[in-house]
Amino acid sequence: MADAAASYRIKGTTGDWEVVVGLEVHAQITATASKLFSGAATAFGAEPNTQVSLVDAAMPGMLPVPNKECIRQAVRTGMALDAVINRWSRFDRKNYFYADLPQGYQISQLYHPLVGEGEIEILTDEKDESTTKRIGIERIHVEQDAGKLMHDQHPTMSYVDLNRCGVALMEIVSRPDMRSPAEAGAYLRKLRAILRYVGSCDGNMEEGSMRADVNVSVRKAGDELGTRTETKNVNSVRFVMQAIEHEARRQVELLEEGGRVIQETRLFDPDTGTTRAMRSKEEAHDYRYFPDPDLLPLELDEAFLDECRASLPELPDTKRKRYEGLGITPYNASVLTAEVETARWFDALLDAGAEPKQAANWVVAELFGALNRRGETIDQNPISPAQAAELLGLVADATISGTIAKQVFEIMLDSGEGAAAIVEKRGLKQTSDTGAIDAEIDKVLAANAEKVAEYRAGKQQLFGFFVGQTMKAMAGTANPQVVNERLRAKLS
Amino acid sequence: MSGLVDKTIAELRDGFRVGEFTAREVAEAYNGAVAAARTLNAYTVETPEDALAAAETADKARASGDLPPLAGIPLGIKDLFATRGVDTTAGSNILKGFKPRYESTVTANLRRAGAGMLGKLNMDEFAMGSSNETSAYGPVISPWRRKGSNVALTPGGSSGGSAAAVSAGLAPGVTGTDTGGSIRQPAAFTGIAGIKPTYGRCSRWGIVAFASSLDQAGPMARTVRDCAILLEAMAGFDAKDSTSLDLPVPPWERNLSSNLNGKRVGIPKEYRIDGVPAEINRLWDRGIEWLRDAGAAPVEISLPHTGYALPTYYIIAPAEASSNLARYDGVRYGLRETGDGLNGMYAATREAGFGAEVKRRIMIGTYVLSAGFYEAYFTKAQKVRALIKQDFRKAFESCDLILTPTAPSAAFGIGETTDPLSMYLNDVFAVPASLAGLPAMSVPGGLDEDGLPLGLHLIGKELDEQTVLNAGLAIEERAGFTARPEKWW
Amino acid sequence: MSVTFEQVRHIATLARIAMSDEELERFVPELNNILGWVEQLGEVDTDGVEPLTAVIEQKLRLRADVVNDGNIRDEVLANAPDAQHGFFAVPKVIE
Ligand SMILES: [Mg+2]
Ligand SMILES: [Zn+2]
Repeated sequence: MADAAASYRIKGTTGDWEVVVGLEVHAQITATASKLFSGAATAFGAEPNTQVSLVDAAMPGMLPVPNKECIRQAVRTGMALDAVINRWSRFDRKNYFYADLPQGYQISQLYHPLVGEGEIEILTDEKDESTTKRIGIERIHVEQDAGKLMHDQHPTMSYVDLNRCGVALMEIVSRPDMRSPAEAGAYLRKLRAILRYVGSCDGNMEEGSMRADVNVSVRKAGDELGTRTETKNVNSVRFVMQAIEHEARRQVELLEEGGRVIQETRLFDPDTGTTRAMRSKEEAHDYRYFPDPDLLPLELDEAFLDECRASLPELPDTKRKRYEGLGITPYNASVLTAEVETARWFDALLDAGAEPKQAANWVVAELFGALNRRGETIDQNPISPAQAAELLGLVADATISGTIAKQVFEIMLDSGEGAAAIVEKRGLKQTSDTGAIDAEIDKVLAANAEKVAEYRAGKQQLFGFFVGQTMKAMAGTANPQVVNERLRAKLS
Repeated sequence: MSGLVDKTIAELRDGFRVGEFTAREVAEAYNGAVAAARTLNAYTVETPEDALAAAETADKARASGDLPPLAGIPLGIKDLFATRGVDTTAGSNILKGFKPRYESTVTANLRRAGAGMLGKLNMDEFAMGSSNETSAYGPVISPWRRKGSNVALTPGGSSGGSAAAVSAGLAPGVTGTDTGGSIRQPAAFTGIAGIKPTYGRCSRWGIVAFASSLDQAGPMARTVRDCAILLEAMAGFDAKDSTSLDLPVPPWERNLSSNLNGKRVGIPKEYRIDGVPAEINRLWDRGIEWLRDAGAAPVEISLPHTGYALPTYYIIAPAEASSNLARYDGVRYGLRETGDGLNGMYAATREAGFGAEVKRRIMIGTYVLSAGFYEAYFTKAQKVRALIKQDFRKAFESCDLILTPTAPSAAFGIGETTDPLSMYLNDVFAVPASLAGLPAMSVPGGLDEDGLPLGLHLIGKELDEQTVLNAGLAIEERAGFTARPEKWW
Repeated sequence: MSVTFEQVRHIATLARIAMSDEELERFVPELNNILGWVEQLGEVDTDGVEPLTAVIEQKLRLRADVVNDGNIRDEVLANAPDAQHGFFAVPKVIE
């Protein structure tokens, strides 16, 4: 079990406190062009109020009509989380007044969500394959996003932009199964990866297409769950971890000073890494949920569900296990499957005929190294999977050595030329021609007579020096095995 | 040509087609009648130019031949329907000056059918009322008066302006909406016909929402045939309304027949309630005889949960309304009053914008949905509603339509009914059909001893507007109701 | 159940309708009167009865994912009590 994380504790003056974390992730369904209940566009960054229909603006007499693709993407997401898909679900109204909510209610799903229980497996210690832990998913429901308020444009007014209003969200509600900021971070990264594999959400937290409401409570080990607070709309993994850390400490201090935690909505301040009670939502909440009378119950048939299931891609865990089955190390396998783009590129490399073990090592060590140096993502990568496969092939069939391969790769990155061509042009082919190698060895030994004497006198470690000198003399093209054999013969 | 305002829609349509008169003459006659009847307060906005423009199109089209069904017919439109560029206020201060940039599906259908608009019709605020007294524009005065009295009477509500306009000859036909009797009760009070079709027949898109699961648009006119003509133009599938029925619109007018051979008319014993004037029950008995005479066989039926319909309605309708009316917050349209911050602005705007009855229903609706009460009130009401629907389903196994009185009384005086509960009782006969989404119609049956109209109420099976209209026609032919209010305005 | 003055005040707050204490006072008996009346539903045996979900039985239609609306900012803002620089303006909100 996850000892590393399970042992995460807040040290208080009265002893150790356990942290209990649950996350409500709002993931925008970025796979659709139009909104959940209207035909307005969802693209990010448009001019204020240009992607707003009369329905989104809640004009009198306007009515919602659900977008089939939003339902489809939410169902595919639920399937990817091994969740129960409810054949019969329904939309409810969540009633409250706010300037970013034109209808005066959000159309959501409280009583009968589209997706029921599922789970996500995380590594509580991402370096350690053995630290797996299952985090329960309680439900996924589909709902409308709200508009955006701008407070800094005018001294006494806030400005309302409804472009986001009505955009489809999946609210993915976890069980309070996380026990540390690290687990919450792992959960979020894993969820994000799955959403991106499925394609329902681009996971772009900067643009707000993934936000987390962070529910935190603390308790002495073995005690009942404590009172939780909900910190709203935290928009990065790091911030979520900070928010948990700060909120847990705040609650512990409060409790140890004899105070009590009040169930409230809080805001995270990225600048200070702290949370504070939300002023605008202070007055008692009573959302008065009831079934939306403008919409009928949503019933899904088997054909629809079959298509959703059939359209799912290979998911990170399955892919990782498949890679391990190909002899790829667990570490490389998890690195290669962490991001959908990497996995896609790597699968193409394998399809181009590269040997899995060698290819994995090369991508993780050489390719990632080069991309980091050049500050490029896998998609900006100038080397195509086919070109990479050609290079790896030359190493595999001993046409070039690993050392030469590094040079060739650098030349490929700069010139875009193919590996074989480079090797040809620059005469980098590896040679096992004993005649040529013997000749160079003789030169090296002659030029280093006294070292030869020391070696023969027992200074064995000098052997490497002779190998190096010979390789150097042959610009690295000599087959190292042959050089070794010939040297031993001549020195014995 | 003042005689034009006494003609039915069918007569206007046919007379215009054969060239007896022009559409312009019709529009002018009605524009004149509207302008001359402002004391009735039936119209909140007059749009004579709109009626004339449609007439001009019709006259041109007639010259060139093919004419849409309502060419040359000017109509009054209830202020609940969004009409592009024309004030649409639902009879409320909170929407004062609101000019939608869109046209409701129903009125767009009517325009496509060639109809012109005479103006917007007064109504109870957000259709919440049974006497038109809750309108921000003040009450509509019924053209009817009790014999030998000039006490101002209500035309009923919420479609009170619509009812008054038709009975006073200020429009040959009008749109109404019916959530719990708002077409049928005013039709009965003013001696005209009005039908609420099956829920989902008329699109709700562009109709200011009161209670979404109950709201239905329908026509009000002088005759059953005119109602059939208008309903055919108003109804139809609309992809913009998720509850719209994806079914073809039957040729109701062509299939009109007052021959009811083989039809069984259900007479629900639970509708014989105390406190209903004897003459209303006598009219009901006469109605039974008229339908028997038309070939139908009366059968007694039971709708056991009838007595619970009103309380069920007064939980569900306010609950939906409290949510539907949350959008009137002073941010995007309508009235804005300033207060302390955003919440202060909301509270001040809604305090100033809503009238007493609307506030009352928002308060009730907010309460029955609030934490701790939702199950006991709202869920319970939806269960009883299911039982009421089931009552009808069972009853229709032994009958093809149902006959009842439309309202428990004739029109009452403005200001006479002050207690909310006794006002709600006006819809005791109308509400069950609304809760079940069934087609229902009121047709004039006769006058009471004060000389005021009384209506008979026909309830049909889901989607069976035809039988309702046919029975309405049978009653119309036998009742011989020709009374019109004496012109005093 | 019968509502208290405090409950009525709370409901008015939830509904965002400003009311003087006098108005709230007037609402207490009025709401109690109406609620007392609707509570007769308690007499109805609804055990095992499913609450009505659709007035007329039909399936929810789903729309195809096409952008065919929006780009009508002028229409959206046309009736706004206060529109500035393409936004709706409201009294400053402190979050
Ligand atoms: Mg939340
Ligand atoms: Zn949510």
